Amino acid sequence: MILFEAKDVTKRFATQTALDGVSINVPEQSIYGLLGPNGAGKTTLIRIINQITAPDSGALFLNGRPLKPEDVNNIGYLPEERGLYKKMKVGEQALYLAQLKGLSHAEAMRRLKYWFKKLQITDWWDKKVEELSKGMQQKVQFVTTVLHEPKLLIFDEPFTGFDPINVKQIKEEILYLRERGATIIFSTHNMSSVEELCDNITLINKANAILEGSVEKIRHDWAGNEYEIVMAGEVTPSSNGLFTVLHSTFEAGKSTVRIKAAEPADSNGIISAMTAAGKVLSFNPALPSMNEIFIRVVETKNKEALKN
Amino acid sequence: MNKIALIIRREYITRVRKKSFLIMTFLTPFLFALIFIIPMLVMNNEDKDFKRIAVIENGSDLFKDVIPDTKDTEFDYRSDVKFDDIKNNFTEQGYYGVLFISPEIVSSPDAIQLISRKQPPIGLLDHITGSLEKEIEKQKLLAYNIENLDEILKTINTSVRIQTIKMDESGGARETSTGISMALAYLGGFLMYMLVFMFGSMVMRGVIEEKTNRIVEVIVSSVKPVQLMLGKIIGVALVGLTQFALWIVLTLALVTVLKTSFLPEGTMEQIQQLPRSLADADQSVAGATGTTVTPEQLTDFQELFAGALNQPWGLIIFSFVFYFLTGYLLYASLFAAIGSAVDNETETQQFMLPVTIPIILGLIVAMGTMQNPESSLSFWFSIIPFTSPIVMMARIPFDVPGWEIALSMGLMLITIVGAVWMAAKIYRTGILMYGKKTSWKEIWKWMTYKG
Repeated sequence: MILFEAKDVTKRFATQTALDGVSINVPEQSIYGLLGPNGAGKTTLIRIINQITAPDSGALFLNGRPLKPEDVNNIGYLPEERGLYKKMKVGEQALYLAQLKGLSHAEAMRRLKYWFKKLQITDWWDKKVEELSKGMQQKVQFVTTVLHEPKLLIFDEPFTGFDPINVKQIKEEILYLRERGATIIFSTHNMSSVEELCDNITLINKANAILEGSVEKIRHDWAGNEYEIVMAGEVTPSSNGLFTVLHSTFEAGKSTVRIKAAEPADSNGIISAMTAAGKVLSFNPALPSMNEIFIRVVETKNKEALKN
Repeated sequence: MNKIALIIRREYITRVRKKSFLIMTFLTPFLFALIFIIPMLVMNNEDKDFKRIAVIENGSDLFKDVIPDTKDTEFDYRSDVKFDDIKNNFTEQGYYGVLFISPEIVSSPDAIQLISRKQPPIGLLDHITGSLEKEIEKQKLLAYNIENLDEILKTINTSVRIQTIKMDESGGARETSTGISMALAYLGGFLMYMLVFMFGSMVMRGVIEEKTNRIVEVIVSSVKPVQLMLGKIIGVALVGLTQFALWIVLTLALVTVLKTSFLPEGTMEQIQQLPRSLADADQSVAGATGTTVTPEQLTDFQELFAGALNQPWGLIIFSFVFYFLTGYLLYASLFAAIGSAVDNETETQQFMLPVTIPIILGLIVAMGTMQNPESSLSFWFSIIPFTSPIVMMARIPFDVPGWEIALSMGLMLITIVGAVWMAAKIYRTGILMYGKKTSWKEIWKWMTYKG
């Protein structure tokens, strides 16, 4: 079931178009990644979803009906630049923001205690925000975003400013939130997090959605007939009519060989050729990383644009 | 809790808890109290050193013993020395100064010199010139050979004191004191100016803080921008009222404490009894003689207190609160709009100017109003909403017709509705705009956006 849908959203500013007919479909209880180079229009789309700005044209739907101003209570938003009152104490501030979202004082207290304990930030309760480091502030803001348990969570660049341990912790929390029923949209430049977390993505470049779909399908689509074969011992297979060897490495008693199959791929033929050369431990299509796909798609698009 | 109430609460509590609020709240009454007390202290602690002054005339005996001694000054008439002999060594001879009266004084009034090492007090100079003027007048009159001149002079010696009485429409007369009215006009106008400016720019700084920290994006995903703006404006208004109330209480307390500890004992009781016997003023003066306070001083106090008690206090306090709230609301919404349109405080200047000009104009006119409360300039500025809070406060102690106050207040209310509406439109768009330098044209566009 689709929880959130944006249809043909267009937004123009005085001198440029920020979004040009972008549509996204976010299934319920999934994690949706918004990717794209800097200035592509991701943040504009996120701000439109949060009803901070209105689109020039296009429609937004939550649970199948048009998005209403009251829906902000069902959305949690973590903006890219951290927004907290510097002079206010952490606990007080979190309580204030939670109450603004409609939680009662007692309920907000109960949930804050839970989350502060979970993220090991209980000691910061009485500290002023300005005394915290950037990453610490971000953790506090993360808590205030998820506290009212909204159906839809929107994180704009949630990992910037975090050390690897905190990135891991936040990733775990995001997965945990999905497990508990939340639907999450996040924008990021961190491609490894996309592979780990996202079910679906949309790649936005220069105001247009140029790639969308499930992460797995996209990676398979872009696999480009490449395979990775792991063999026991040091083996150096040579190219033949069925495939070309791209490169091979030997490490810890195992050889990893990357090949590009001829079209159409004859995997059985390849495997027999390989078994003839040595003992095959595994045979897998080599999936490109999201990083590679990102670069390839965007560069191709930009070259096309230059030609026109 | 209602969301706007939550915002008001936060704005109020974070500000009231600040150190600067506490300092302002407790320090300002001291300043106010000092304004009241210092003149009293100065009066009580005048230069009490005993002074001897040598009076030299270089031969002629015209002004021998003309200047009477006072309780701390002795005038020593020295016909035995010349001015040039003493003017360089009077200190050694134990004199505070040398007064030289040249014989030409009758025809040229500046032919008189007082030489001293220190700046002589103004009272001493008044005493000298007063005595000499009287003597010269007397000498001139003597030249007319009038019989019984001394007696005539005694009978015509008059002292005049003006009692200002204003008639109100119902025909009742009220004694007023122009001095008190002026002081109140000054205080009211200036305080209004200060408070509107102070709390108005407090709102602006708050808005800029929220905008630059991007807090607004988080909050706007919970409440409407207009709610945030109104919550902030109302919260700061409550801070202002709290501070104002504390100031009044603390100032009164301080003045009471300081007055009882610095004024001679018994003075307060006498003064407090005075207004009751106002109709019978002479008697009360008579009854007060023989105490530490002289009759003249008492008449002064009496007038001051009568004037103060006869001020329309109810109207003044009501108007002050009304004009503070409305004036603040008017300017705070403009300041909020400015704050939302800029990215940082330095950028505010180009928009501040058109907003501050009316406030400052109001203050200037208010200062003129003290001298001339009925001028047409004062009238118009006390009616026009942007200057009326300040100028009207300066006019009210001088009695303003009811319809003028009503008109001014009515116009103020209408203007506020317009200003808040306009500010909300600018705010709504401006608060979420970044990176672009805002122009007047841009602001006009935001105001005319639909919806």
